Amino acid sequence: MKSKWQRVGMMGAALAFSQSTLADYAYNLQTPASQVAQDVFDLHNLIMLVCLGIFVVVFGAMFYSLLKHRKSLGHKAANFHENTTVEIIWTVIPFVILVGMAYPAARVVIDMKDTTNPDMTVKITGFQWKWSYDYLNDDISFYSNLSTPREQIVGTAEKGEHYLLEVDEPIVVPVGKRVRLLITANDVIHSWWVPALSVKQDAIPGFIRDSWFKADRIGTYRGQCAELCGKDHGFMPIVVEVVSEEDYKAWVEKKKGAATSAAADNTRTFDAAELIARGETVYQANCAACHQADGKGLPGVFPAISGAKIASGPIDAHIDVILNGRPGTAMAAFAGQLSDADIAAVVTYQRNAWDNKTGDLAQPAKIAAARGGAAGEAAAPAAQ
Amino acid sequence: MSDAAHAHDDHSHGHPSGIMRWLTTTNHKDIGSMYLWFALIMLFSAGTMALLIRAELFQPGMQLTNPDFFNQLTTMHGLIMIFGAIMPAFSGFANWQVPLMIGAPDMAFPRMNNWAFWLLPVAALMLMASFLLPGGAVAGGWTMYPPLFIQGGISYDLTILAVHIMGLSSIMGSINIATTILNMRAPGLTLMKMPLFVWTWLITAYLLIATMPVLAGAVTMLLTDRNFGTHFFNAAGGGDPVMFQHIFWFFGHPEVYILILPAFGIVSQIIPTFARKPLFGYASMVYATASIAILSFTVWAHHMFAVGMPVAAQLFFMFSTMLIAVPTGVKIFNWVATMWKGSLTFETPMLFAIAFVCLFTIGGFSGLVLAIAPVDIQLQDTYYVVAHFHYVLVSGALFSIFAGIYYWLPKWTGHMYSETLGKWHFWLSVIGMNILFFPMHFLGLAGMPRRIPDYALQFTEFNQLATVGAFIFGFSQLIFLVLVLKTIKGGDKATDRVWEGAEGLEWTLPSPAPYHTFETAPVVR
Repeated sequence: MKSKWQRVGMMGAALAFSQSTLADYAYNLQTPASQVAQDVFDLHNLIMLVCLGIFVVVFGAMFYSLLKHRKSLGHKAANFHENTTVEIIWTVIPFVILVGMAYPAARVVIDMKDTTNPDMTVKITGFQWKWSYDYLNDDISFYSNLSTPREQIVGTAEKGEHYLLEVDEPIVVPVGKRVRLLITANDVIHSWWVPALSVKQDAIPGFIRDSWFKADRIGTYRGQCAELCGKDHGFMPIVVEVVSEEDYKAWVEKKKGAATSAAADNTRTFDAAELIARGETVYQANCAACHQADGKGLPGVFPAISGAKIASGPIDAHIDVILNGRPGTAMAAFAGQLSDADIAAVVTYQRNAWDNKTGDLAQPAKIAAARGGAAGEAAAPAAQ
Repeated sequence: MSDAAHAHDDHSHGHPSGIMRWLTTTNHKDIGSMYLWFALIMLFSAGTMALLIRAELFQPGMQLTNPDFFNQLTTMHGLIMIFGAIMPAFSGFANWQVPLMIGAPDMAFPRMNNWAFWLLPVAALMLMASFLLPGGAVAGGWTMYPPLFIQGGISYDLTILAVHIMGLSSIMGSINIATTILNMRAPGLTLMKMPLFVWTWLITAYLLIATMPVLAGAVTMLLTDRNFGTHFFNAAGGGDPVMFQHIFWFFGHPEVYILILPAFGIVSQIIPTFARKPLFGYASMVYATASIAILSFTVWAHHMFAVGMPVAAQLFFMFSTMLIAVPTGVKIFNWVATMWKGSLTFETPMLFAIAFVCLFTIGGFSGLVLAIAPVDIQLQDTYYVVAHFHYVLVSGALFSIFAGIYYWLPKWTGHMYSETLGKWHFWLSVIGMNILFFPMHFLGLAGMPRRIPDYALQFTEFNQLATVGAFIFGFSQLIFLVLVLKTIKGGDKATDRVWEGAEGLEWTLPSPAPYHTFETAPVVR
């Protein structure tokens, strides 16, 4: 019992601190970086204070009784067992406290749900196991993968400062702008969560839900997927870079330039070494989570590619699976996720890595042709 | 003629012995014991999974498991603890105690009672065996959300079948308990004179009858989506994945009260006994239990605040959830008032009951925090929720089960348990449990999602603390096992009344309670 009281005391002490010191304390919610997050933070402190008050009164009475009304002290039992007045009082008082809580909570709910008048809109899509971001006003699209190296996870390398909370391409937004988020998913339900911005919205395949935030401080805010989405649920973090208006403009220009050069790759012809090197990178980012770095898969869950018929049989069938996926399984359709050059590279890599020695090469033009056939309307993204 | 006489002999004297006795028994005490042993075995199985989970989470990085097996462990831990340990344990109490407390000779449908029990080991075997199937056991979470649940292999279908069987067992058990309570009470024992444990189980039985078919419907839709090309939960075919969550939680939230109302009942029996004072506010306790049960049908979507509901729905479910705190508060106040000015002693059942009142209330408070929708948005699917429901289910439901076992074991076995071992079990459990689950509140607040096999470095210390607590808590349950076995084998002879302050029909019987009791109904008052 003592250990519990110590912790309750600790919580009480934490609550007594002023807000600014409290915010950095690991015993409470993360430091808010938006007004909504601040409102939620305050709401949480308020309800904790109310709970603490009730706890002290009720259990003060109980522990007094436990100490004083003992048989071993010779205390004789009274015989009362009903009192309507008391019963009414302790039904009405909690009700009144709850109504007092409900009012400020309802105000924040209404504020959080108001997604009108955005300054910009970003569409977020959850995939097993990465996120993609489409800037609807600026025509920028990219994927965001975990960037923590595998060696750190299995323990053969020292873990970095932002272990599991770092990505290759963060979502970048300007400070002080209302950012509307349109959130959906490609395969299963995910949930886009950034604690410092107090946004958590499930990403539901086939539906688009919206949310919003307005970051009021420049900085890097980290979050994670918050809905179990399969094997690598714990390995699809979110990083939001909040930057100044000028930095944001510069970033937009840079992204657009990169997209143009990536688009040029789709019409080029590569040699084998180029394709295999590029394919390995694409494979590690998109395929290795399931099919494993050694191409052997996980028996019974994810099939092998190494030594498998799909990678040694007709190349068109191989390209078709990658473009269109296998409905009803975890194998996603990559037609909308990878560029022609990337798919050509990964097909070439898979057909020439591990036990696979076909010597086949696939060029971006072949993928473009395949899209025109089986994939039909699926448009090729310019860049990954 | 002689055949008929022989058959009659068989019926009244010749009990089958050995395994056949247990397979064919229709005696409520035998079946009650089997439920409790089954629950204990499941508690240890799912507890072992929990220790594996905690061992993996002792430090960042992947050490003992891989992410897929980790998900299997969390999923199976949840399913088995809920459907294999807690619910069957309460059914065990109902089987033993309801007839003894209402003065009935047995349950209303003894053969169905046997059938309801024996379905459970079959279902449990199917669940456990799925670890050995290609692809391993289910890894989609005990809540079985599609589309993730659609992706899995053969063990997912097997789990659906197991859930169906367990649901069938629960429905049969509930019909039996409700019928027994409504029709077989001793003359003079009116509804408003029933012991509170009987009341809470009557209400629980109705919750089960109302919600188990809903779960069965939800998992059947999963089954047809998986195997027969339907699209209930697939947007591409006109379905909606979120619809599953609405149906599941329409079962799932009453289920929470199915797991806690009998616990309220047990604690309401124990506190008056050791306070030597009648339960304060009996009638308001009954009304509070009924209100909780009714309200439990109106709050389901508070499990889904993050799916993106319209404002009106968000507000409705927030308010209705907060409202549940009122009847729950009444119960806590009544228990404290029962202790007030009593003549308290602190035998093990009372210690567990007091810990229940305190720690369940902490779970209640964190529930209130989670009811505030904007705060819930931050805490949904984090360790805060894990802390919350373990305070409610471990220091709530499980502690009440321990309390009940210590309270009635002398009546069942005829022997007193070892008070020394009991106190060791209590203190180690209560300390271990708090070290295990209290830090999880902080982890959740700081932003650690639940159901992840690996975590960022800032979560390390609290995870280590929790793992230490888990091993203290887990291994101290072996004391309980030893204590129960010792009590069955021998020990001080228990008196008929067992406890000085005990009131009720079960205490008028000899200890141990004979195989057949109340063959002639007692008259109450």
